[in-house]
Amino acid sequence: MDAVLNDFDAYLRAFGFTLWLFLISGVLSLILGTFLVALRVGPVAVLRSAAATYVTVVRNTPLVIVFATFQFTAPTLWSALNFRWFDRLDISIGQFQFNQFFATAVIALTLYTSTFVCEALRSGVNSVDIGQAEAARAIGLPFGGVMTNVVLPQAFRASLPPLASVQIALIKNTSVAAVFGVAEAVYQMRSLTRDFPSQLNEIFIAFAIGYIIIVEVTSFLSNRLERRWRVA
Amino acid sequence: MSTSVLFDAPGPKTVARHRIYTVVAGAAVLGFLLWALWRLYVEGQFTYDKWEVFLTPRYLEVILVDGLLQTLQMAGTAIVAAVLFGFLFGVGKMSDHAWVRWPSWAVVEFFRAIPVLLLMVFVWFLIGINTSGASYWGVVIALMLYNGSVLAEVFRAGVNSIPKGQGEAAYAVGMRKTQVMNLVLMPQAVKVMLPAIISQCVVALKDTALGQYILAPGLTKVSNQIFLEFDNRIPTIFVVASLYIVVNLILTAFATWLQKRLLGGKKKGVDIEAAAGGGRYDMGGGGGAAV
Repeated sequence: MDAVLNDFDAYLRAFGFTLWLFLISGVLSLILGTFLVALRVGPVAVLRSAAATYVTVVRNTPLVIVFATFQFTAPTLWSALNFRWFDRLDISIGQFQFNQFFATAVIALTLYTSTFVCEALRSGVNSVDIGQAEAARAIGLPFGGVMTNVVLPQAFRASLPPLASVQIALIKNTSVAAVFGVAEAVYQMRSLTRDFPSQLNEIFIAFAIGYIIIVEVTSFLSNRLERRWRVA
Repeated sequence: MSTSVLFDAPGPKTVARHRIYTVVAGAAVLGFLLWALWRLYVEGQFTYDKWEVFLTPRYLEVILVDGLLQTLQMAGTAIVAAVLFGFLFGVGKMSDHAWVRWPSWAVVEFFRAIPVLLLMVFVWFLIGINTSGASYWGVVIALMLYNGSVLAEVFRAGVNSIPKGQGEAAYAVGMRKTQVMNLVLMPQAVKVMLPAIISQCVVALKDTALGQYILAPGLTKVSNQIFLEFDNRIPTIFVVASLYIVVNLILTAFATWLQKRLLGGKKKGVDIEAAAGGGRYDMGGGGGAAV
């Protein structure tokens, strides 16, 4: 246990990066996912099939490959997307410095997670009672009004459990950022293990506990929300 | 709710407006694709020597045999082991004996909560990073533990989804618990669970790509070798991603077909996935979330 306890700050900082990745890409993926689901159920056929294609392709690609694709293709398409300017801005909050690798990781995680958010929400939209949409149409609401005022709020409530499991999967997925140079928990675990191979088990348990705490807190919060928001 | 419920059948004005939307959206999508292709062309990503490797039969053989086949083998081994692991702990969680139930619950919860990548690194170091085959088994064992614990929940949900009367009738004719499980509940549950198990194969297959972090063989390793030699990252990633996507789409189509075949129009299979918090919402653990 010494390896972790001697530099407990580093341990906390590593999980701090995990949390930052989770919070930022979690919020962004909810926004992008909602947008995608609106395209997928909307009246414009071109957008419907474009969104469906995007979701199918990204969902079936391993996250590592999504990371790699974004990291290598995006800067080739448009040089600003290598996020080098991010380093010049020198964004930091407290001890956390957000560099280009962090920005790339956030975008890749968002692109990937939003497709799962979209699918979860789509099943939520399907579970809303038909009469609700019919009534909304009957009082003259257009598609945008039907979605934002009537269907999506109910869909969010109904799809809270799958949305929560998507977000919990996102917590675990932030670990992939380690492969691409973000100093989050798994990255820290691997380098600690390399330096102190004799304490392998203790280091593993220490990092596993960190993840378990984050996952359990998130699922506790989502259970609370679910109980409060339960659709009658 | 079908999508058409969300909006009225369009009148003439709306039809005209939708036509404008269609043209604008189509132009935007097409424009983006053309711009992307043009930018890639300008950056020299379409030159012959960047793609040569994928047109040479000998290299293709390496990609398909050393890459795809190894990856499929890792995923296949992992999923077979995961089904066994899941069966064992799924049944364990339903045991009448608290000393079996609680440890099974703890094991399943533990492996579901931590990232696959963390597990992979741990198993890799545990076997010894210099031992040959350590990274291969690191991937397989980590995927077995994660997918196995997801499948344990699927098994439990599958057995619980069987109508109560089935078990009660079996007890009534004098069967013991083991017999009720093995002869009555399990065979029916397996039928309900098969599509969910196949969906889990997609997760396992996607997560094999994480093996990159622990230098595992398979597609990602072969692709690393290729772009180091030919300096063609973008074409390589494009080809590797396509291979993963094609195999996953085939698996998904198979799962859908099986679901229709085994369950008809009934929605039972979907309930199970939701109950397990896995299946189609599962992104894998590393994943998975994979990933």
